Amino acid sequence: MALKDAAPKAITGNRLRDGEVVFFQSEGVWVERFDEAALFEGAEAEAALAAAKAQADRDQYAVDVYAFDVTVTGGTRIPVKTRERIRALGPTVRTDLGKQAAA
Amino acid sequence: MPLIKDGRIVEDDWVKVPDGEPVPADRPAIITFERWQAERDSFAGRNAALGVRVKSGTLAPAIAPDLERFALVAVEFPKFRDGRGFSTARELRERFGYQGEIRAVGHIIPDQYQFMMRTGFTSAEAPEGTNPESWARALTEITVAFQPSLDDPQPLSLLRRRLGV
Amino acid sequence: MNHIAPGRHAGVYTYDEIDRRFVAERVEQFRAQVERRLSGELTEEEFKPLRLMNGLYLQLHAYMLRIAVPYGVMTSRQMRKLAEIGRTYDKGYGHFTTRQNLQFNWIKLEETPDILNQLAEVDMHALQTSGNCVRNVTTDQFVGAAKDELVDGRVYAEILRQWTTLHPEFTYLPRKFKIAIMGSEKDRAAIRVHDVGVIAKRNDQGEIGFAFYAGGGLGRSPFIGKLIREWVPEEDFVGYLEAILRVYNQYGRRDNIYKARIKILVHELGQEKFTAEVEEEFARLRGPKYRLAPEIVAEIRQHFAPPPFEDLPATSVSFDGARVQNEAFARWVAVNVTEHKAPGYAVATISLKPAGGIPGDATSEQMDLVADLADRYSFGEIRVTHTQNLVLAHVKQDDLFALWTALEGAGLGTANVGLIGDIIACPGLDYCALANARSIPLAQAISARFADPARQQAIGELGIKISGCINACGHHHVGAIGILGVDKKGEEFYQITVGGDPTLTTAIGDILGPAVTADEAVDAIEAIVEVYLANRHDGERFLDTLKRTGHGPFKERVYAAH
Repeated sequence: MALKDAAPKAITGNRLRDGEVVFFQSEGVWVERFDEAALFEGAEAEAALAAAKAQADRDQYAVDVYAFDVTVTGGTRIPVKTRERIRALGPTVRTDLGKQAAA
Repeated sequence: MPLIKDGRIVEDDWVKVPDGEPVPADRPAIITFERWQAERDSFAGRNAALGVRVKSGTLAPAIAPDLERFALVAVEFPKFRDGRGFSTARELRERFGYQGEIRAVGHIIPDQYQFMMRTGFTSAEAPEGTNPESWARALTEITVAFQPSLDDPQPLSLLRRRLGV
Repeated sequence: MNHIAPGRHAGVYTYDEIDRRFVAERVEQFRAQVERRLSGELTEEEFKPLRLMNGLYLQLHAYMLRIAVPYGVMTSRQMRKLAEIGRTYDKGYGHFTTRQNLQFNWIKLEETPDILNQLAEVDMHALQTSGNCVRNVTTDQFVGAAKDELVDGRVYAEILRQWTTLHPEFTYLPRKFKIAIMGSEKDRAAIRVHDVGVIAKRNDQGEIGFAFYAGGGLGRSPFIGKLIREWVPEEDFVGYLEAILRVYNQYGRRDNIYKARIKILVHELGQEKFTAEVEEEFARLRGPKYRLAPEIVAEIRQHFAPPPFEDLPATSVSFDGARVQNEAFARWVAVNVTEHKAPGYAVATISLKPAGGIPGDATSEQMDLVADLADRYSFGEIRVTHTQNLVLAHVKQDDLFALWTALEGAGLGTANVGLIGDIIACPGLDYCALANARSIPLAQAISARFADPARQQAIGELGIKISGCINACGHHHVGAIGILGVDKKGEEFYQITVGGDPTLTTAIGDILGPAVTADEAVDAIEAIVEVYLANRHDGERFLDTLKRTGHGPFKERVYAAH
């Protein structure tokens, strides 16, 4: 994975039973909102990802767990890639649906 | 690894012999097809049953010339998604008239068991720790088929048929 | 379970207890598989192909369920059930696809067995709409109604549907397998860009037989299908396909997911060698066991008997009058309505491409309305086209005005079928985990720019197809104008191709120039249209003008500012 080493990362997956996009927060704790996700720097991220994957697997909790880059500017965090932005919010063509609507 | 036959775990009479190790002369033994090709002459006088294990890329025509020498053909599924084995078993039966045991080995799951039975497999080597119930249930879950296959002599003229259990 | 029979005259295959038993057992099997997954007995790697076999994908936001609409034909009761499922288990809308299926985007795994139960009540399912197996066999959306029809493709599509259902030998193919079949002079099913494309026809004795094409496909490496056999007699129809599938199952590549389709095998072996392999296998298979007996064909054909058409005059006074009096209605007729083989009837296409709207999407309310209209005006039968629209195939000319009025009221009356506003777009990065770029917003922007129906009509036949990634679910390769979304350094860019054609004069589009931004793409389409209109001779479609002038004038104009 060509992740910029310096960029902070978050960890995401899909909850197994309902497919909901979830973000890793702390051991055994996953949240549905991106702004509550844990952010990791550098080498920390790899270890956190491995642990999160293992737990998600073991507990049949989440699948397709992976880490992604985040930028943080003045306290606001945004995923670097469009893909993760859309994952965190919902379809751009239906702003009445997805996490963006459940405000 | 538990051997499944007719939906139940059964005793395995066969011993699997890794390449390079001596082949027991007095017990049914399975060797790799590659070993058979390299050492075939050495089995000329053999009395005990011989089985051969073929990789998924080795198709029925490749082993057809020697079929009468094998009491068992173990067809390997490197990953359960590699479905070549179903065609291999089918050809061994339909095209080459093979009557011996055809065993599915490698990475297989109970959800494929009924397909195996319908394409000519006799037995399946299940993974360690498998749930035997899943294999038993696999034979009775679906009782309707939409095509002729080996376990059923009725021709295509009957598109749908009930599967005998 | 409360089974609801279809309307008596709808041209679908009517299930009997054997079919129903099968679907019920399959649902229970899947229910058990879900339980084994949730308990951990099945790993995700083992479960994934199993859930794909039941049409359940994991997408960007949730699970997506793809429901099978066999050869694109359904009944009004089935449509109502889909509307209900959308309301109960999803977010009140669904998306009609380029393979004539329906997708719901917000599905939960744990609710899927219940959804499948609901579908089973109306003889529907989601079997084999995904996975490395034979998928929904598609056909011509005007089947049973078109004037140029020689053979009703549904009969053979249904035979294939049954025969490929849980086929024990061909459920773990190297990759997905898509078959299209048609029996008319004009190809409305994109035969030559399918893994197997079948043309049903008659010989001089009036007997039915088939031409088989193989190795067509879009995606990363687009190929046009090669002719494998010009004439396969009806009784060999199934046996011949079995031979093709066996050759593919045994020799298709399994080492590289991008080289695993049959098109690669046909390409690598070459047409001659591939054909020889198939013929050799077929020669072995031929015999009573694989013979498709005429009795089976006759029995299946009975399900697709034409509805009881009334004896009507060829023209309708009220219909002709309405066209004179109402310009908008006249336009809708000119664009969306096709001639029917039965006098006094017509084939009406319902556009799901309102200007600025999401192509192919329909709300549950719209689905319910279409179901009602189907009951009232078209013998309770609805078709899904591979261009993401719907069809009411047997409408009396007398009823067209009332139908159009009702459609207009629900935002379903857009007069743009086959025109520039009738854009095919995949769900793209807004929904799909595979996408590199969004496709829907671009489709919306283009259709909004060309909203004026008179302008669309003046431009004429021009198919724009948009894909959000190289998998080409939007069929961009065969768009007269094709657009492929790409990711360039984290930004969405769009590559424009021109000259694609999905019909029998199959052609893959050629790249026009460097990729552009979404805004530039909309302007580029406008520029292309202007060049076309400036250069066209009388009666020339865009594709014809392009063939005559070549890329030159278009490329120059689009990239003038660069």
